[in-house]
Amino acid sequence: MRPAWSIIFFTSSSGLGLGLAAWIVLGLVPLESATHLLAIAGFTFGLIGAGLFSSTLHLGHPERAWRALSQWRSSWLSREGVLAVVVMAALFMWFVYVHGGAVPPLWASAGVLTLIIATVYATSMIYASLKTVARWYHPLTPICYLMFAAAGGLLAACWLLAMTGQHVTAAIQQSTLLLLAAAWGVKLIWWRVAGASGSGSSLASATGLTALGEVRSIMPPHTSENYLQHEMGFIVARRHAEKLRLLSLGLGAVLPLLLIWLAPLSAPLLGIALVSHIAGVFVERWLFFAEAKHVVSLYYGEVH
Amino acid sequence: MTSLPEPSAIKLGLVIDLDICVGCQACVVNCKEWNTSGYGAPLSDENAYGANPNGAWLNRVHAFEAGEGETAKTIHFPKSCLHCEDAPCVTVCPTGASFKRAEDGIVLVNEDWCIGCGLCAWSCPYGAREMDPAEGVMKKCTLCVDRIYNENIPEEDQVPACVRTCPTNARHFGDLGDPNSEVSLMVAAREGFDLMPEQGTKPVNKYLPPRQRRQTEGAPMSLVAMADAETPKGFWKWVDSTLEKLG
Repeated sequence: MRPAWSIIFFTSSSGLGLGLAAWIVLGLVPLESATHLLAIAGFTFGLIGAGLFSSTLHLGHPERAWRALSQWRSSWLSREGVLAVVVMAALFMWFVYVHGGAVPPLWASAGVLTLIIATVYATSMIYASLKTVARWYHPLTPICYLMFAAAGGLLAACWLLAMTGQHVTAAIQQSTLLLLAAAWGVKLIWWRVAGASGSGSSLASATGLTALGEVRSIMPPHTSENYLQHEMGFIVARRHAEKLRLLSLGLGAVLPLLLIWLAPLSAPLLGIALVSHIAGVFVERWLFFAEAKHVVSLYYGEVH
Repeated sequence: MTSLPEPSAIKLGLVIDLDICVGCQACVVNCKEWNTSGYGAPLSDENAYGANPNGAWLNRVHAFEAGEGETAKTIHFPKSCLHCEDAPCVTVCPTGASFKRAEDGIVLVNEDWCIGCGLCAWSCPYGAREMDPAEGVMKKCTLCVDRIYNENIPEEDQVPACVRTCPTNARHFGDLGDPNSEVSLMVAAREGFDLMPEQGTKPVNKYLPPRQRRQTEGAPMSLVAMADAETPKGFWKWVDSTLEKLG
């Protein structure tokens, strides 16, 4: 599948912002002064909002994007859109409440948290519900998205704590190390397990010509690349997949883990850890698309 | 609404005979011609006379080879929307632009609502949908909905353009929901099949398999031997020997 920059940015930026919002709602980041609250709320909304805005950039008609809120009964993309709007509104009200100096009631925070989890889940299900792309159509796909949002969010929360001059306790440091390692652990399993899952389809089943023996494509239906091949026959990354996986692990896991372990109190070093993690997730998301094979490419002679 | 309607009694679709198709591409061209001036925005092309032309087409003909050696076959393989019963392209649509008609099962795109996200094309296993490069909306086979119900054109033209134009009669149009329709009888008689049944889309369109090649036993017969075996008798024997004598 063709990795569109707007979509890679959308899933990684919104995922990180929502993960951070979850830890804020859980009370991990104290919002004592009005300046801190505004800065932290602005940063969180910036991440979520920039992602959502980016997701409209690949549309043929972005001005009609509001229509995407209508089909939540059947479409995961529509559900994601609706949830994204609702979660932003709920989070905004939560911040307004805290700004007033009050502690939000438990049900309100639990509600916002549930909405955050549901939104990240809906994002992942846009891909995990497509039976045509075998490696996405796997129960581990939503787990990966949720884990990366949680781990990235916690790392961002650590950085905010350090930035606002607050103490990153040993418990938070260890939780971040653990969650980050777990998220990339799940990703490693996904690469192995989901990456190996087949679509169950073949050129034989795609053409129904099984009785005649082995089927092979001898002539494409057109002389140059068409939309289907451009969109679903992307093969550049597969040649370098191993190298890119190592790069994403190095940037996303190894360097941040080292920095959090060695310098949990240094805001600049935690900042580097966060940026490195974002870059690692970016490469991981790029591979998520680029490595994925779509069953339609069988008609074009690709072996699955 | 992009939720699927209850399965309709009438299921309009195509039956494509892989035994007959010669891959002439006439259906491809007529489809493009009709649909560039009919339903929705024109089917655009980019760089049409350049090195890498690109454009939206609703029907494409692949060519495959199956089997080995003497029994190998070349199969020309037309592919367009199969108007699936469980169409994933309809349910993934976030806007309600992609829909399946309750009355006859035709899958269509309302181009005024389409945001061009491309998710329906990702959900289709058959590659039946292509984004229009100029218009930014999704294009797909309409089963020529603007021909089949169109009383302003002669009755023989009230079939999809690809069916009307096929010079070998490899494409047939009809109601596959009616077990006694011509197309249904054809499917039953020739063991018509679904493409990628394992994807669970329940396509309405059916394909008819290539017929088995007639089997020849032993070595091919020699035509020279056949001619020699005929020894003329009577008058023709006299003609034969006289002509021989003349040299």
